Amino acid sequence: MSLIETRGLTLRHDRQVALRDVNFNIEPGEIVTIVGPNGSGKSSLLRALIGALKPAAGKITRKPGLRIGYVPQKLQIDATLPLTVRRFVNLPRRQTPEAIRDALATAGVPELAERQMVDLSGGQFQRVLLARALLEKPDLLILDEATQGLDQPGSAAFYRQIEAVRQDLGCAVLMVSHDLHVVMAASDRVLCLNGHVCCEGTPETVADAPEYRALFGSGTQGALALYRHDHDHHHHHHNHHHGDACDGQHEETENA
Amino acid sequence: MLDDFIVRAALAGLGVALAAAPLGCFVIWRRMAYFGDATSHAALLGVALALATDLPITAGVLLVALVMALVISTLSGRNVSADALLGVMAHSALALGLVAVSLLPGQRVDLSSYLFGEILAVTRFDLAVIWGGAVAVALLLAWRWSALLAATLNPDLAQAAGGNPKREQLILTLALAIMVAVAIKVVGALLIAAMLIIPAATARPFARTPETMAIWAMGLGALAAFGGLMASLEFDTPTGPSIVSIAAALFALSSALAPLLRRA
Repeated sequence: MSLIETRGLTLRHDRQVALRDVNFNIEPGEIVTIVGPNGSGKSSLLRALIGALKPAAGKITRKPGLRIGYVPQKLQIDATLPLTVRRFVNLPRRQTPEAIRDALATAGVPELAERQMVDLSGGQFQRVLLARALLEKPDLLILDEATQGLDQPGSAAFYRQIEAVRQDLGCAVLMVSHDLHVVMAASDRVLCLNGHVCCEGTPETVADAPEYRALFGSGTQGALALYRHDHDHHHHHHNHHHGDACDGQHEETENA
Repeated sequence: MLDDFIVRAALAGLGVALAAAPLGCFVIWRRMAYFGDATSHAALLGVALALATDLPITAGVLLVALVMALVISTLSGRNVSADALLGVMAHSALALGLVAVSLLPGQRVDLSSYLFGEILAVTRFDLAVIWGGAVAVALLLAWRWSALLAATLNPDLAQAAGGNPKREQLILTLALAIMVAVAIKVVGALLIAAMLIIPAATARPFARTPETMAIWAMGLGALAAFGGLMASLEFDTPTGPSIVSIAAALFALSSALAPLLRRA
């Protein structure tokens, strides 16, 4: 059965309908990405799936005993709260030292256990959040804009880590992101939201959908081209430069 | 031993300090300082209620503090500017309490004992109430400690891990109301929030984990309580304010030491 399934799900935020009539499901081991403009209901959907937001209508069914590892969009640690990485990953449940060592290593930050959370860089912080989520031994890993505040190489590295984690643990991954082309390359399925599900399917299907193009306007061309070019040439051009999207697109188009 | 009013006073101060310290840590981690103010200032309304209805003072204060804390946590969840709202509530509660007490027929109430406490007049019964409340607060916090911490860091994260952040908020609210009710006799309505916040803030530079911060705060709170009591006997100053003054002095000292500790 699906890990989570929603039927006719409608969500309200500040008394307004944030999202209506969502039929969604995620299967074990799948990577699904949610895209959509600001205010399109992406975060509301995630919050509903983890149980933090009650549906205004419709139904959410979770597989019995489903374990969710959640990586929040932001985690503001007040300066008055002393917190080492080791203590943080022990929340909310105590973990064994071995499990903590493994999780930090899997997340790519094996050496940070004794550091203070407030002293970490953006990339280290996100990886520690990931390590904590992994300690929940999740069937489903949920990431809400997990690469916000990271630069492009930083987020690309973070997503490679996610793919590696999925391969290691076999958990499903559901993420919300703005980094369209990086994320889409890694996804099995993309869900495009704008107050409702406006299109859905493989990354190719969504990228070609008129609804998606309408939403992301002129900026789409660059992201779209980059995505396709990433996807088509993934194995031939590992080291090529992403910085100059338009030029890259032209070159690749001409070569192709 | 309990026949000596100084011993009773010291034990009362110790009980309040030990329970207020870990609770105070959550108050500052969650930036609820004004929340603590508003709840403790409402204690005076509770006193008026108790005197008007012949309820025990503690029961009246507990009831009003609880209602106040619930009202604030409901309202501040609704995106009203929480800072302004808490400021309004804190001072209105105090003013209303003062007016309500003065309207009580027949009796001249000694206001200053409720505003600043009268720790030297603590009876054996008061002592039992104070320690009963302090133990209740400590047990509540110890029981929910990790869940409270997770909810403090990020409610959604706690929820995803199977927790219930709203319940944790309620538990803190309840603990705060109990604390206010038992501390009013010791430091008074005006200074309860100080016993919550100052030892916790003083402990911050000495700690690397939440638990060590709470333990340091307990020690520093106890030190302030004893020191303040001794100072008030020595210099014949009001005891509650003396305790808070010593706590403030410790805070100044700790702030001065903080840069050195960070380097170490």
